[in-house]
Order: sequence, then structure tokens, then C-alpha cells
Amino acid sequence: MTASKKSESQHVNHAALLEEWKRSVYCGQKERKALFESISFRPQPPLAHVDPSFDPLSALGFPGQYPFTRGVQPSMYRGRLWTMRQFAGFGSPEDTNRRFKYLLEHGQTGLSTAFDMPSLMGFDPDHPKSQGEVGREGVSICCIDDMDALFSGIALDQVTTSMTINASATVAMAMYFALAKRRGIPLAKVGGTIQNDMFKEFIAQKEWICPPAPSVKLACDIIEYCAREAPRFNGISISGYHIREAGATAVQELAFTIADGLGYVDHCLSRGMQIDDFAPRLSFFFDVHNDFFEEIAKFRAARRMWARLMKERYGAKSAKSMMLRTHAQTAGVSLTAQQPLNNVARVAIQALAAVLGGVQSLHTNSMDETLSLPTEEAAKVALRTQQIIAEETGVANTIDPLGGSYYLESLTDQIEAEALEYIRKIDELGGMLRAVELGFPQKEIAEASYQFQKRVDAKEFSVVGVNCYQDEVTQKIPTLHIDLSIERTRIERIKSWKQSRNGAAVKRWLSELTRACEEQHNVMPILVDAVADGVTLGEVSDVYRSVYGEYRDPGTI
Amino acid sequence: MGQETKSPIRVLIAKPGLDGHDRGAKVVARALRDAGMEVIYTGLHQTPEMIVRSAIQEDVQCIGLSILSGAHMTLFPAVLELLKKESAEDVLVFGGGIIPEDDVTALKKQGVKEIFLPGTATQTIVDWVRCNVPHRS
Repeated sequence: MTASKKSESQHVNHAALLEEWKRSVYCGQKERKALFESISFRPQPPLAHVDPSFDPLSALGFPGQYPFTRGVQPSMYRGRLWTMRQFAGFGSPEDTNRRFKYLLEHGQTGLSTAFDMPSLMGFDPDHPKSQGEVGREGVSICCIDDMDALFSGIALDQVTTSMTINASATVAMAMYFALAKRRGIPLAKVGGTIQNDMFKEFIAQKEWICPPAPSVKLACDIIEYCAREAPRFNGISISGYHIREAGATAVQELAFTIADGLGYVDHCLSRGMQIDDFAPRLSFFFDVHNDFFEEIAKFRAARRMWARLMKERYGAKSAKSMMLRTHAQTAGVSLTAQQPLNNVARVAIQALAAVLGGVQSLHTNSMDETLSLPTEEAAKVALRTQQIIAEETGVANTIDPLGGSYYLESLTDQIEAEALEYIRKIDELGGMLRAVELGFPQKEIAEASYQFQKRVDAKEFSVVGVNCYQDEVTQKIPTLHIDLSIERTRIERIKSWKQSRNGAAVKRWLSELTRACEEQHNVMPILVDAVADGVTLGEVSDVYRSVYGEYRDPGTI
Repeated sequence: MGQETKSPIRVLIAKPGLDGHDRGAKVVARALRDAGMEVIYTGLHQTPEMIVRSAIQEDVQCIGLSILSGAHMTLFPAVLELLKKESAEDVLVFGGGIIPEDDVTALKKQGVKEIFLPGTATQTIVDWVRCNVPHRS
């Protein structure tokens, strides 16, 4: 008791001394700007101090210990570096397979698949809405043989794979598992992550098929199936990335992502699942943006919030249920088309923040991504950036090296408090499903996004090469071109696929699937067998559209 | 002073294709509206037919197409083609998004009047629309 009293009085003294310093020393100093503000509109103080009530033991714990503020594993990067997982996908499955192998040959340690827009929206390449989109922003996948070609020569039990797909995630997941079965690999040995986060689709990314309620039901079908059949697979990656990229502040990104997580937990519990049976495999995905300390604080606050919510709100007993494990990606939205080589520097600084924030895996963007999908060369520089941070800078050798910093700890506290305030608001609205249906997070983000652009236009926020330090001459770098003929090839392929399979079996599977949807059963067991018999992504999505209805963008500005 | 008695410029901001990246479209829509124009936003995932139908129904002078999916070389020309078919080629068409430079040149040749790339200030777009929109009698 005496010891804690003593440390408290030291903090009180420090706070008082800081105020005294501000009054007597700092006051009257010239400042170069009238207002110092983070990119999330947070006022930045000249100097920080930690709140007198700050107790490092309960606020931080130690690495691997509740509330995991300092990291989820006891040894963090001293034991094993984060997974370097570059998001890749374009053209045909064969094109992307070549890029996967190129990245693995250059030291990448996990795979991450980008699907094209038709695959994400539940259309086969031969659908009229796929016109012009096939293989352009990701890889075109619509049947199990496509999945086989995508992972040709890659051992599914050796490499972990991430798949960024949501509205049609059930189909991609079923194809991946059916492929493992075809190759004789038990599902228990297959590891990876499927994004499968529909809340953030309605909030930000906006690739959907059905309305929110059935979409969340389908997402939880995957969570449930993985918990039962594929315990090494993360059945969801609750994603703040797209929320941030749509223009949210750091606090909004954090709050909406955690609230999305709570939404899935509530749904799973309502099905009778037990918290400690599925929570350990709930994984996360955050953006890492330009404001260095704000981003590090965001990751630390995220871990603490999730741990406390799991324990206090849901009574989780297993420590694994309380650990927020996260992937991160540098901020695509921060990259500039002007002077694109500068993007290498932005990405490096953002990646450093992710590592200091204690993420489990990381994608670094390529310098050319405001112009096109990345070239091989640009993707390699992005990967090398991570390798430089890991191997040359020494930041991975001591755990949470910034822990205890006055500024970082006070920022972590503030961000957490503001995010909890949003969560309280969402609880009041009746939870995330209701908040999304009401358009609450969508409106908050649109407003923040407009305010940000106004500040850039007014030059209150600087963007080097865009609104300051501009060049007269355009800097040209090579870009990736995807041949338009890919669409024709893919259409021919899917047409011949549909002719070659057993039509009666397909018909039977589709009617079984329809019944499962109508009766609210888990669709996954049926899908794993159905795709093995040749059912396509578009056909499954058509069943969803006919049973659950199609969702349309309300189009508010 | 005569400006003030004129009816406001009517603009359709449209999202052709399947991508869901609507931050740019919404920011531009708000900036044009704040500048006094009447802005109609289509929402996401529009086919060229839906866009041209809205443009005609809403009687706009100008269409802003925003796309980040890489399908611009298919979908932008399709919008121009349909406008021609409907004898509405006087509607000014501009665009924005992730569009490589070579494609910008090609699209301008085909009749897209301007393409705004990432980093464009919203005021630049507002000024451009004001200067280029066809006058209404």
C-alpha cells in the first residue's frame, strides 16, 4: 500500500511539474503552427504526461499476459518474426500462382489472396455484370479447379493462406477445404485466415450480395464450421482496414472494428456456441496510417479493449479468447500518384509503426498502387521494406520498446476512452447490426472523410508532392497491365466447366443448399461437397440472392 | 450578377462497375453540392444502362464517373456509347479513380472530357465543371 501511494504521489508531482514547466518555461515560446493536430483531428500537446491514476500492472500487464497491451505472445518477435504476407491477385489463377511463387521465393512467409470484383460480388465471369471486371482487381476464381490452379505446387499444410473475400466467403472457404480433401490433407492441418467480415462490407468496403442479417448469419456459419472442423483456420478477420481507408479516423476504425467483433460474438452466442470454443480464432486486421504514435497506440488500445470486453462482458475463461491477434496493412489511401517513389518512404514508416504496435502479420503496399496493381519489382521493394525493418533496425529485438512512454501511454488511454464511447453509443442503438442498418457508422465515416479532404485542400494537412513540394515534371514509373483478353479466356473456361460436370448432381446440391438457407442451417457442410461436384461461386450466390434477397446501396452522401 | 438567377448546374455522380470504393465519389459529390450545384449520386454497382437512364431522368448536364476496379476501359466507353444512342451526347462526361496514364489518353480520345487522378483538389473539380458544363438556354 505504501509503495503504490508513493508511486502515485510521484506521478502527481510529475503532472504538477509539467504544468509548472508549461507556465514558466514553455509559455511564450514560438510555435511553427497555430494548431497541431493528428490526421484524425486529435490535438497534439507539446509534451505529454501520464495520468496520475496510471497503474502499469493493470493497464499494461506483461507480454503474453492480460490485458495484453504489450503484446499477445510472451516472446513476441524474439521468438518468431511477424508473418510477411503480401496481398496478391490478378488475372487468371495461373497468373496469380506465378506471383505467389515469386513472393515465396523472395522470402515471403505467408500467402494472401486478392479476388476480383465478380468473385467478391458472387458473379461468375460469364455474368453480364462481370463485363470489364474479370481478373482486373484480383484473381478470377469460380470453381474448384480454379482454386486448384491458384495453389498449384503449394502445400496447403505447409503455408498459411489468407483469403480476402466476404459476401461469397462461404464458397471460397468451401473450395479451399474441398481442395485440401482432394489432395488428401486433413482439415485439422490446414491453417490460414478468411476475411469473412460482412459488417465492414456494409460500413466501408461495400461488396455484398444479401442484406446485413443473412450476411452475418453466413459469416457465422464459417466461424462455426472452422471451430468444429478446421481448428487452425481463422474463420474471420474482423477488419478495420477498409473502414479507415473509407475515411474513418483512428478512433472510428478501432471502435467500429471492435464493435463489429462484438456483433459476431453476440450472433455466435445466440446460436448456442460457447465463447471459449470460437473466440480464440477470431482474428483482426487493422490499417496502419501516417500518424506514427497514434497508430502504435491504436494497436495497444485494441488489445486491451478486446481482452477486457471478452473477459468482463462475455465471461471468457481461456486467455486465448482474450488475445487480439492482428494482421496489418499500410495505408493505401496515404499513397500518392504524384512522385510515386515517395510512397516507399511512407510505407516504411507505417510498417515500422505496425511492428512497434506488435502486429502478428503485415502487408506493405507497393509504391505504384495509386496507378495500378503492383508490378513484380514494386511488390519486391515492399517486401524488402519489411525485411529491412526485421533484420537491420533492431526494433524486433526488444518487446514493446515504447511501452511506458509518457506520450504513448497517454495516447493509448485517450484512444481507448474515445473508442469505448463509440461502443457505448452502438450498444445504445441495439448493437452493430442495428447501427449498420441505420447507417450510423457509414455517416460518421463520410463526415470524417470530407473533413479530412477539406483540410488537405486548405493545406492545413500537408501531403508531400501533392499540396506542397510539388514537382513540375511527372515522375514516371512502370505499371502493371492486365491483358483484356483474360476475360474472354475465363468466360470460355467457365462455359466448358459447366458443360463437363455432372448436371444432375449440381442441380441436387443447389436444391439442398436452398433448403439449408431457408431452414437457417449451417451451409458449410453442404458447400464443401457441392463445390467438389462442380457447383460454381455464381450459382451458390444466386441461391443466396433468391432466398435472402439482394442488397442495394442506399447511396447517401 | 446574372449568374445568380441561372438555375444551378445539375450533376450526376455515378459509380459504374462492381468496386465499392466510394470515398472519392462521395467527397466530390459533397464538394460540388457545397459549391451550389444540384448533385444526384447513383450509389454503387451501377451498370452503364442504369447510369444513362438516371442521367436522362434527372436531366443532368454533366456526369462524373468514379471507378477504381480497373474496368474503366470497358465501362466508360459503354456510357458514352449509350448517351449517343439516346441522343444525349451533349452531356459532359468526366471521370476519376485509379486510371493509368495511357488509359487516360485513350479515354479522352473517345470522348471523356477530363480524368481527375488521386490527389486532385476538390476545388479544381468544382472550377472545371463550372467552366466546361454546357450552358442551358
